[in-house]
Amino acid sequence: MSIFDRANLALSRRQLLIGASLTGAGLVIGLRPQPSAAATEPFAPNAFIRIPLEGKIAFIMPSVEMGQGIYTAVAMMLAEELEVGLDQVVLEHAPADPKQYANPLLGDQITGGSLAIRGIYEQMRKAGATARIMLVSAAATDWGISPDACKAEAGHVIETGGSRRAAYGSLIAAAASQAVPQEVPLKAASSYRVIGKPVRRLDSPEKVNGTAKFGIDARPQGVSYAAIAICPHFNGKLRAVDEAPAMAVKGVAQVVRIDEALAVVANNTGAARKGLAALSIEWDPGPSATVSQAELERRMDAAIDGEALRHINEGDVAKAEAEHGPVHEFIYRMPILTHSTMEPMNCTVHVRPDSCEVWVGTQVMGRARQVAADVTGLPVEKVVVHNHLLGGGFGRRLDVDGVILATKIAKQVAGPVKVTWSREEDIRHDCYRYLNYSKVTATLGPDGMPVSWRHRVIGPSVMARWLPAFTKDGIDLDQMAGAESPYQIPNRYTDFARHEAPDGMLTGNWRGVGATRNIPPIEGAIDELANAAGIDPLDYRRRLLQHKPRLLAVLNLVAEKASWSTALPEGKGRGIALTEDFGSFAATIAEVSIGEDGRFRTERIVCAIDCGQVINPDTVEAQIQSGVVYGLSAALYGRITVENGAVVEGNFDDSPVLRIHETPPIEVHIVPSTEAPGGIGELGTPGVAPALLNAIHAATGKRLRTLPIDQTDLRRV
Amino acid sequence: MPYNLTVNGKNYAVDVDGDIPLLWVLRDTIGLTGTKFGCGIAMCGACTVHVDGQAVRSCVTPVVDAAAKQITTIEAIGDTPEGKRVQQAWLDIDVVQCGYCQSGQIMSAAALLAANPKPSDDDIDAVMAGNICRCGTYPRIRAAIKLAAQG
Repeated sequence: MSIFDRANLALSRRQLLIGASLTGAGLVIGLRPQPSAAATEPFAPNAFIRIPLEGKIAFIMPSVEMGQGIYTAVAMMLAEELEVGLDQVVLEHAPADPKQYANPLLGDQITGGSLAIRGIYEQMRKAGATARIMLVSAAATDWGISPDACKAEAGHVIETGGSRRAAYGSLIAAAASQAVPQEVPLKAASSYRVIGKPVRRLDSPEKVNGTAKFGIDARPQGVSYAAIAICPHFNGKLRAVDEAPAMAVKGVAQVVRIDEALAVVANNTGAARKGLAALSIEWDPGPSATVSQAELERRMDAAIDGEALRHINEGDVAKAEAEHGPVHEFIYRMPILTHSTMEPMNCTVHVRPDSCEVWVGTQVMGRARQVAADVTGLPVEKVVVHNHLLGGGFGRRLDVDGVILATKIAKQVAGPVKVTWSREEDIRHDCYRYLNYSKVTATLGPDGMPVSWRHRVIGPSVMARWLPAFTKDGIDLDQMAGAESPYQIPNRYTDFARHEAPDGMLTGNWRGVGATRNIPPIEGAIDELANAAGIDPLDYRRRLLQHKPRLLAVLNLVAEKASWSTALPEGKGRGIALTEDFGSFAATIAEVSIGEDGRFRTERIVCAIDCGQVINPDTVEAQIQSGVVYGLSAALYGRITVENGAVVEGNFDDSPVLRIHETPPIEVHIVPSTEAPGGIGELGTPGVAPALLNAIHAATGKRLRTLPIDQTDLRRV
Repeated sequence: MPYNLTVNGKNYAVDVDGDIPLLWVLRDTIGLTGTKFGCGIAMCGACTVHVDGQAVRSCVTPVVDAAAKQITTIEAIGDTPEGKRVQQAWLDIDVVQCGYCQSGQIMSAAALLAANPKPSDDDIDAVMAGNICRCGTYPRIRAAIKLAAQG
């Protein structure tokens, strides 16, 4: 069970209250009718659908689009029950309005945690069905027949067996006066017309012809352009600067100083960047100025055997250890990671005396609006946030530090100003995935199978800051996600050793959240235990998963597709890793070869997944591939280092990411299912690193437990 | 002194310093935002445009070097035979995810096909390795270039 499943239980009461306040008992959020003022007013039976007299039907997107395909999926879910074609609709970003657009599983207008479809699958279908029922009812009333004698099809109500038909647009006034149905029956999955069928992404055309608008593309009337330098040292401040060299650059209008940063404002970003580069800025590095990477790693090592908070305690681990011994111990070390979205952080803000407008791509619309209100001192209803397509999210745009910074700068600028971070600023001021270590200890029974399992997770508590509802008694539930492992082990104990990043270094959510931290140590340790027992690692996992049929099924499928039972030649190896999270199941097999130079090459990645009911199979394949590439990139290259209280790396030259020539073939096999839909955006990421580490061991006999993978010399030991 | 630029067949007089990168002139001064900023050091390819038919990284191309030349951006690459085929292949394969890097990917792919109508996997790697995609659309980019190469 993932963190978000647990959190949902905790949030359910609050969620009920939100729902009740909006819609009255018994109705799903957002399904309140908006009475039409005139016949030409569009019919908006809920917050997600707006049907005009003529032209295309608008679908308003409660989740944001950052590549994961949610806009297409939402449209499919609405269209399925509304009975319209995808060519009859246009998509709109939702405004900032958490009351209308909160994800029911999160209780806020947040897109993250692979929760979009899990949260809104029923809500969207009900929204579509409600509108359709009201339209059908309107036509039936007009025709003097029973609604049962009508059907809906392709944006029309049709008299079954008769000749009458009415376009939805012609029914909007009458539909708006129909009673909102209390019972909204939904189609069985077996009669889906759209859901589960491969559909081309609705956002593709604009993304291949350059017309798609990301936050960085906002150009409100009169906009000026800012380049920024944020104090490179954590918690440092701006001390002094001579502005003259920047002001001398053609096009530069202004230098803006705020406590922690400086911005040069010009009539184009190039001039602003040139002006900024001309400055010699003095920073006050603050109290963290001496922090070094070696020191941070020493502190983490010390925390491994320090204080920890117990999370799960099943059976009697100490007794099992005493009875069975020896205790096998594995320590896994994971690095600091950036998100490195292709669209660098940016935000455009216009602060007026009585209002504020924000143009940005964000995963947290409500929070973006709130912080702009906080910084300007305006009431939140005086702040308008225009959301955009996101040029990558991966958790980076779950934080609003960029909105805060831009709003602070905009307060000093007349008219709208677009603040664009350089890549260097983007990498040096991320909400990092901080250092995460894990210590797994286990004992084996006489048959070689584990009888005890301890897993200590060492790392920061992001949730303490970001979403305290996802903590319990000081434990970050996301950090602990799945730490007990999915395996049937009679005695299990997990604990959390909270260890924070240095003050001023922002830590946040990273693709795969808790699972990307905990799957590598779990799947590495299980592999090591299988080796210790002398049992094939696939067979070992199978024996431990008899109680997990869906996980077992993806394991068996991936083994078949990757030809696990076929021996590989010398110098090649395969490794397995399993992921159970996000309401989904994944099995990954990596196949590697070791070159003459001692470096490895990923020959192939094979994934089998079960994500329950698939909405768009083409998107599922794309998202698993995407997650794999993201994980592969981190496993090979992901490592940020700190010196002098500042991040050392700054661009793709010293902080490389995976490129096309390093990308192996990635196969995705989907288990058909009509179970509740699970998440897919993060499902592919967690298993990549451990599958690679296990494959490298199989190929070389070398057991690596530190990421990124040290390629110094992987030739067989 | 204003520079005269020819972008997608239209003429623009832009009054900026000659060392300002073409990228910002296109995006901010002219308002063609399809060309993207990614790194500023020619390491990611998001800003790729064609200057006299050659793919260049506009983030490091001073505007003075592009003056009086034919500049083509993503907004008009569909008017070239290779660009049109590449865009269609991108739609047929459904390459895009977040889409931010795709303008640059398409501009690089169109230049590749113009120079090498039947690229091998190695040819594709050699050219497309300059374009980063964080969504990991690489397998589909490869497939789409092969599809576009079929004509």
